[in-house]
Formats: sequence, C-alpha cells, structure tokens
Amino acid sequence: MLELNNVHKTFNPGTVNEKRALRGVSLTLNDGDFVTVIGGNGAGKSTVLNAIAGVWGIDEGSIVIDGVDLSKLPEHKRAKYIGRVFQDPMTGTAGNMEIQENLAIAARRGQRRTLKWGVTKKEKEEYREMLAGLDLGLEDRMTAKVGLLSGGQRQALTLLMATIRKPKLLLLDEHTAALDPKTAAKVLELSDKLIRENQLTAMMVTHNMRDAIHYGNRLIMMNDGQIIFDVSGEEKQKLTVEMLIAKFSENSGEEFANDRALLS
Amino acid sequence: MDFLSSLLNAAPGAIAQGLAWGIMAIGVYITFRILDVADLTVDGSLATGGAVCVMLIRAGVNPWLALLCATLSGCLAGLVTGLFHTRCGIPAILAGILTQLALYSVNLRIMGSKANQAVSVDKYDLLLSQRYVRSLTLDNPLPLLLIATAVVIFLLYWFFGTEKGSSLRATGNNPKMARAQGINTGNNIVLGLMLSNGLVALSGALIAQYQGSSDVNMGRGAIVIGLAAVIIGEVIFGKLFSNFGLKLLAVSIGAVIYYIVLQIVLQLGLNTNDLKLITALIVALFLSIPYWKSKLIRPKSQAKSAQKGDNSHA
Repeated sequence: MLELNNVHKTFNPGTVNEKRALRGVSLTLNDGDFVTVIGGNGAGKSTVLNAIAGVWGIDEGSIVIDGVDLSKLPEHKRAKYIGRVFQDPMTGTAGNMEIQENLAIAARRGQRRTLKWGVTKKEKEEYREMLAGLDLGLEDRMTAKVGLLSGGQRQALTLLMATIRKPKLLLLDEHTAALDPKTAAKVLELSDKLIRENQLTAMMVTHNMRDAIHYGNRLIMMNDGQIIFDVSGEEKQKLTVEMLIAKFSENSGEEFANDRALLS
Repeated sequence: MDFLSSLLNAAPGAIAQGLAWGIMAIGVYITFRILDVADLTVDGSLATGGAVCVMLIRAGVNPWLALLCATLSGCLAGLVTGLFHTRCGIPAILAGILTQLALYSVNLRIMGSKANQAVSVDKYDLLLSQRYVRSLTLDNPLPLLLIATAVVIFLLYWFFGTEKGSSLRATGNNPKMARAQGINTGNNIVLGLMLSNGLVALSGALIAQYQGSSDVNMGRGAIVIGLAAVIIGEVIFGKLFSNFGLKLLAVSIGAVIYYIVLQIVLQLGLNTNDLKLITALIVALFLSIPYWKSKLIRPKSQAKSAQKGDNSHA
C-alpha cells in the first residue's frame, strides 16, 4: 500500500543549522493498517508525515502509494491520495469560509475544479447528515464561518474533510495535542471510528504513549531520524508504557527524557 | 448656498469618476482581501488599460473591442506579476513593483513614446465622455458605468461561487489547507492576479474614454485609491453586508464616496496638488483604526473585571 524506501531528508544542508531529519526511513504499510508513531522531540515523526504529504521534496529514496511514485509530485497532487489533519486546528480549515464550503472543497480533493457551482443542493443534504453524525450541533450551522468554531469542532470538521473522499492514506499529525484533554479524547474516538468505518490506512503521530498503545494495530517508534522499533498485532496489544520506555532506552542507548511523552 | 449648488453641480462628475474607479477598486479587493496579496501592479496596469484603449480607438477599432483588448492587456500584466511571484519566488509586493516599473516603459511604447494621447469625443465614437455627465440624454456616461459595475459584480459573484472560485478563496484564506485539499495555490494566485488586473485595466480604459485621454501617469497612486474605496466600503457597510455581491457593491460605493468627499475637499479650497497627500493620510488613518481599536479599547469582559477590581478597592 504505502512504501517508504530509504527516505533521507536534511534541512539546511551545509550550514551550522544542518539537521539530518530523516536518515534512511523504510516502512511498508498494509491496507487497513492503523499505525501510531511515537518518539522524542525532533525524532522525525512529523517529518515523515510531511515527507509523505510532499510539504517539501526528499533528498533520497522513494515514496510509493499503490504503485504510484509520489516522490516527485507536488503537494497538491499528492492530496489526491492523502487526507491530512494537523496539530494546529487553524491549519486544516479555511476560517473565513462556511462549514459547507469547506466540506465542498474537501469533497473535490483530487478532482478538477470547474466552473460548476461550488456547493450543490444535494451535497448540502449529505453534509447535514455527516455533520449530524459528529454530534456537535454543526448540522444547524452549515453556513457559519469555520472561524467561529472551537478548536475541537474545527479538528472534528477537518477529520471529516480528510475522509469525505476516502483517502488511500490518512495522516494525523498530533491532531489532538492542541486540545484540552476531554476534547482530545473525543476527537481521538472520532478518528478511530472514522478509520474503522471506512477501513482506512492511517498514520497517527502522538506524544501520548497510552493513546499510541490503545489505538491502531501497529506502533512504530522513531529516534534521530530512524525507525527504531516496529511492532504490530498481538505483540502490540501486550505493550505497556513501561515496556515502551525500556524499549526506547534499549534501542537508542538514551533515556527517554521527554516529559510530554511520559505524562498521562 | 453657493457652496451647495456648486457641489450639486459637481456631484454627477464625482459619481461617474467614483463608479469608473470603483471597478479598479473591485480589482484591488480581489487581491487585497480575497487572495491576501498586496498587488502594486495596478498603478501600471491601470495606465496600460487606458493606453491600449485610446490607441486602438485612435486606430479606428470599435470602442467595445478596444475595451476588451484593454482588459486582456491588464490580465497579461497580472500574469507577469503572478509568474514573478509564484515561479521565480519573488515576494508579491516586489513582484508587483517590478511589473509596475516595467509597465511605465511599456505604456510609453504603446502610446507612441508620448506621455499622453488624446481621444476626442468629437472625432471618435466613444462609449462615454465627461462632457455629457450632466446631460439628460443617452450620451450620459452614468447609465453605462452603472451597468458595467453591475455586470462586473454579477460575474464575480458567480465566479467566486463556483468550484474554481471557491478554491481561489481558500487559497487566499489558508494556503496550507488549500494544498492539503489538492488545490494548486500557485496557479490560483496567478489567476487571481490576472482577474484583478484585468478589471483594473478595464477601469483604466473607461477612465481614459471618460476624460478623453490616456496619460502615462494616470495610474499613479491607484492602489491607494483602491484601498481607500475598499476600506471606506467596509467601514460603512461592513456590519450591514455579509453577502459577497453586496461586499463588492460596498467597494464600488466606497469609491463613489471617496470622490464625493474629494469634491467637497476641493470646494473647500484645497489645492489639487495636495490630493495625494490627503488620500494617503485618509487611507493610513482607516488602516490603523483596527490596530488602535485593539490596543486602546479593552475587550468588554476585561473592562468589566477591571471595574470590579476598582470597586473592591473603593
């Protein structure tokens, strides 16, 4: 499904700020895999997601989804295959536009945008139903500007937008990190539900080890631009936070000295 | 009384000018408010529109066709700025300044190396002329300008409601989101700049016919007049109009108000040479209002809690 082959990326090469962010990342995802990605700050978790999404080009290696090599495609062309939710709730939606307009834009991901009307009547009915499914009362505010919504509401909407056209791959980049714990839990549940119902292949970066263990069928741990631990199936079910911390020290030769990772 | 009657006398002219410049202001609205790009090409493309229109009419071309060609020349100017910005990585403001500068030479070339070219309504069949602005005949330029404004607003209202137009709005509002949804933001910015400068050049062509000449300097400060119209429209109608079409209408009315105020200021005895200074000051004032509002006036909740604090001390 998704194949990363020996992906390398160095930021600011040849300067004092040189940062070797990805150092030969290889990963193969199967259809329907829901992978959680953990690791310390600067380990390269978000960088992997950005590399796949095409925020910038990679230096070496290839990124292939269902036989299509994405490595040379610009970001907007890769969007045909990929749905994304970002850490900052402001990033995933257009705040000055209506809820239904945002959904309509997402519904046309990967299609040519024509001179047909932007939101059709039929769509509005569909959107109303989908929004009702979120149980946030948004179905009655379809013409409200997204900028008026709370962070949690915006993330829920972004999730809907990322999955409204079934993506081959869903990328969740710490998408609950900016929310309060209660809202974060809700959005996480919603993510899990959408992934299951649509049988999506997904990658979710998180700082929360418990979430990383609880959700998904596979877990990878990153350190210093490399994947240092990859576990799935029953073995993953049996993981505990303590085991992950031990695993980290063992594989990286360092203490997992990251407060955010240890908290909660 | 004298003041009032002479003002009334000048009103039709001010309204006509306001409507003609209003079309340019709508172009500025597209870049400034929708695309979130400050495009300085307009000072050049307005004169390009005037120059192309006047020279074509002088060459015997149908004035409607001349108007169309002028519009297309503006689109071309927008294309150049867009390519500078999106394909060469030049910051938008600088890209606009570069095109504007280049257009000065281009406009002189178009006008046969003359700084201005006349197109008399006596000799040519112009679509509109200042001369008939107070006449009650079909020659009056006001109906045409009103219709032109209505057509422009209607077309833009339609376009920005389409899939393509929505993607343009998303590009200006949140480019990251737009790209994540598969929108080619670079191409959209180019398209928006072409659309905007097309309207600006159309406005320049109308202005040139209206005043009976094109001048290489006719666009100087156009961007500021456009911003003035956008801001006046927003200040007066911002709370009233939420519909996109009405917002564009507000820009056009803003331009008319600008020219009426200008007329009043002139009647009060101010020197025409001081106009640009006054315009710049007015725009600076209005642009700074939101900033100072947020700095000086505390949000209600804060003010309330502060008051409570005072009371407890008392």
